[in-house]
Amino acid sequence: MDLAWYWTALIAFVIINFLLISASVLVYAERKVSGYMQNRPGPNRVGPFGFLQPFADVVKLVFKENIVPTLANPFVHSLAPMMMVVIAMAAGALIPFARGVVIADMDVSILVLLALTSISVYGVTLAGWSSNSKYSLLGGLRSSAQMISYELSMGLAVLSVVLISSSLNMVTIVEDQAGGFGLFAWNVFRNPVGCILFIVTAFAETNRAPFDLPEAEQELVGGYHTEYSGMKFGMFFLAEYVNFFVASFVIVTLFFGGYLLPFESVIVAQFPALADSYLLMALQVLTVILKAGFFAYVFIWVRWTLPRFKYTQLMTLGWKYLLPLALVNALVVAVVLAILH
Amino acid sequence: MLMTAPIMFFVFAIVALAAALGMLLSKNPVSSALWLILNLFCVAGLYLTLNAEFIAVIQVLVYAGAIMVLFVFVIMLLNLAELPDLKKVEWRRIIAFTMGMGLLSMLTFISANALDMLPNPPSLAAAAENGSVTNLGKALFTVYAMPLEIIGILLLAATIGAVVIAKRKPV
Repeated sequence: MDLAWYWTALIAFVIINFLLISASVLVYAERKVSGYMQNRPGPNRVGPFGFLQPFADVVKLVFKENIVPTLANPFVHSLAPMMMVVIAMAAGALIPFARGVVIADMDVSILVLLALTSISVYGVTLAGWSSNSKYSLLGGLRSSAQMISYELSMGLAVLSVVLISSSLNMVTIVEDQAGGFGLFAWNVFRNPVGCILFIVTAFAETNRAPFDLPEAEQELVGGYHTEYSGMKFGMFFLAEYVNFFVASFVIVTLFFGGYLLPFESVIVAQFPALADSYLLMALQVLTVILKAGFFAYVFIWVRWTLPRFKYTQLMTLGWKYLLPLALVNALVVAVVLAILH
Repeated sequence: MLMTAPIMFFVFAIVALAAALGMLLSKNPVSSALWLILNLFCVAGLYLTLNAEFIAVIQVLVYAGAIMVLFVFVIMLLNLAELPDLKKVEWRRIIAFTMGMGLLSMLTFISANALDMLPNPPSLAAAAENGSVTNLGKALFTVYAMPLEIIGILLLAATIGAVVIAKRKPV
């Protein structure tokens, strides 16, 4: 579907603002959920139920002094947080939010997404290098090693999905999950191993606990963003939350039917007036946001449940378990598809 | 749309050249790596102006996303010192070299054109058709199946070699 440029610009504007707002909602959700998990109330002073806490935090960050270490490389030091935010936001352009509502509907959109995840490591690495501090540098190094190790398994998990839907386009991948009684054609049922692999590697690629070694605060002070202050630190914070929200959208798109309503074919057969209507579009947007919200909750849930891996455990898991499993899974999917066709 | 592609081509080409120069001239290894990354992105942009989406994405994914991450990792791990200052640059030589190369390329183009040796550039639509994933995959697994397999074996051999070198006990 070819949209006029002003529609694309409008949708892009809406999606960027949606991601910005959702990041602050997620910060609030994370603090609240972790509070309840640790049997304490969490933020409850600013606004009703503490809901305005993230906004107060942003105001605080904006007004804080921007400190650049004396021996830091000032250009790269400023470039790194910008890269993080820009890349995190750019991934939002590829996600189909409803039938026909996607900014960049490219033939190879899933590959663009993988490329974006793989270059997002530069933000962390360069932040670590440019700060001229050993803690930051170690954080950056850990991040690039982790990224290289888990990228392969992620690529192979995506490959198994691409094999099933025989397309690299994310809209086609979603539409391919529409058949089969409305729910059981979702890739999570057709390719469960790939789904688990993708979710685990998505945790690693977004540097979320239990894979948050780049910012292990007990060992590295704050990891790659130790030397950042004010809104530059805020940008790293924003990028982290946008990243894992976008990752939840990708998980939903690839494995949980994307914007498709559960039993959509049944519902549309019951109410023929619904087909191609704006109501259906609104329902689809709501569906994908609810599904992604669930996975964002899973990200938070896992962070406050599992302890961090040791570095050796991280590498062992990535290279000795996930990679062979991903290879075998891709092979099995390919062979089964070859038999079925 | 028709006009933007040539303009973008020149923008990407100029930035790519500037980034290549920056990579050669910068004294700090990490800045060199950063210039090279910019250069790789510009080359990906050049592919995009030719409607080769797939090649452009693969360029970013493989070179900028995997190989350069490894390069940056190694550079930062080794913590290389800055290179010494360049020797005094002789501007007359650089200008003479640039002009000479320009003249050579122009003469080559003119003589090749006069002798009808230039390939006919396919239209952008045809190029997009050829560069699509489906056609590329078909070509790779039918016409070029043998070279593809040989490259695969070569890469496997390189991997095994790397593992053997890494596992060798220090003498």
